[in-house]
Amino acid sequence: MDIKELLLLMFSAIFIENIVFSQFLGTCPFLGVSEKPVTALGMGLSVTFVITLSSAATWLVYHGILVPAGLEFLKTVAFILIIAALVQIIEMFLKRFIPALYQSLGIYLPLITTNCAVLGVALLNIQNDYSFIKSVVYGFSSAVGFMMAILIFAGVRERLKFTTPPAPFRGLPIALISAGLIVLAFMGFSGISLA
Amino acid sequence: MAQELENKVAAEEVSAAESVPPEISEREPESVPVNEADNGSDNNKESLSEKKKREKEKVDYLEIMKDGLWKKNPTLVQLLGMCSTLAVTTSLLNGIALGLCTTVVLIFSNIFISLVRRVIPRQIRIASYIVIISSFVTVVEFIMKAYFHELNKSLGIFIPLIVVNCVILARAESFASRNSVLPSAADGLFMGLGFTLALALMGGVREILGNGTLLGLHIMPSGYVPTLLFITPAGAFMTLGLIIAVCSVFNKNKEK
Repeated sequence: MDIKELLLLMFSAIFIENIVFSQFLGTCPFLGVSEKPVTALGMGLSVTFVITLSSAATWLVYHGILVPAGLEFLKTVAFILIIAALVQIIEMFLKRFIPALYQSLGIYLPLITTNCAVLGVALLNIQNDYSFIKSVVYGFSSAVGFMMAILIFAGVRERLKFTTPPAPFRGLPIALISAGLIVLAFMGFSGISLA
Repeated sequence: MAQELENKVAAEEVSAAESVPPEISEREPESVPVNEADNGSDNNKESLSEKKKREKEKVDYLEIMKDGLWKKNPTLVQLLGMCSTLAVTTSLLNGIALGLCTTVVLIFSNIFISLVRRVIPRQIRIASYIVIISSFVTVVEFIMKAYFHELNKSLGIFIPLIVVNCVILARAESFASRNSVLPSAADGLFMGLGFTLALALMGGVREILGNGTLLGLHIMPSGYVPTLLFITPAGAFMTLGLIIAVCSVFNKNKEK
């Protein structure tokens, strides 16, 4: 495992195969919690935290318990429970020890359980046969990609408030179309070949 | 250590969730009188309102249908389940397939959650719902693998991701946990069909414009050059934006 390979994985996860823009994972919070850059940042940070930890936890459970026991088919059930438990633990931990952070991130935490990005990354790690370190790096950089996507989109949406599109497009439709344009810009990265 | 513990808890929860329903379905008819007896003095009021509630439930099927298919369409109005809506709708067939898988999961999870709704403590209800939902998703995943191999390949990771489709959890929380079995099943069916309808619409539009075909058949005139944009992720966002805009025009015309 050399550093170069990991860096390439990171670059690819953040820009080329961005989790929101090219894999459509985590689109719900991407559309739902992106009205203001501040809340988007909060959501992005919480997701980064949870995805990185859950990548590690799900990898360990899958290769440490499910594979030796021949229970690979239970991975969906097991992973979602791990994620739910992890989110709960993080929430309790923050509430008890870092109340300030809990105040700002608390409301996003329950939402993360049903964020498809978290379960999606856990499943992709298994599907792509990543090693432990690769899984954690992939999880972290996917989450950074998510944070970048949601921040850009929140910025765009804030500007959209001051525009006057035709009535039926007001609100979400015009936001979706701008998201399409952002994605179009990001498709430029897909021309890069990492060798 | 921590992981082992979590897994144990997980295993216990799974077995608990699976062993409870048969007992409950027998207990179901009795549980209403027990509730009323608990309330003592408010007995009459309680039973009256219960009756009213039941009458309402009887009438509401048409309403449930309208809500699911159009008024509260999970995708186009409530904007739930965006991930799968955007990701798999590159063709009509994919859209319908994932829509139907979701419908099946939605019906069964609604029925089960409605059956066990009085047994689950409030604090752990979300976790229990997720276990129930993910068990059904695993079943659907197996069926897809066994009988629809090609479709399973093209839908890929989005079959297991039905678990985190917010539509299902939203219906469990807002409908199945408050209503009896039959209305819950109906709600699951029509919400699922509404979801399928939206996915089919997206898939149809994207396949026609982006590929010039519908269900694999060429339907556009031979001179038509497919607009590849609509097959790409960017096209997905734009198509959804346009469809929602068109729907809101329709809704406004109706209101007038």
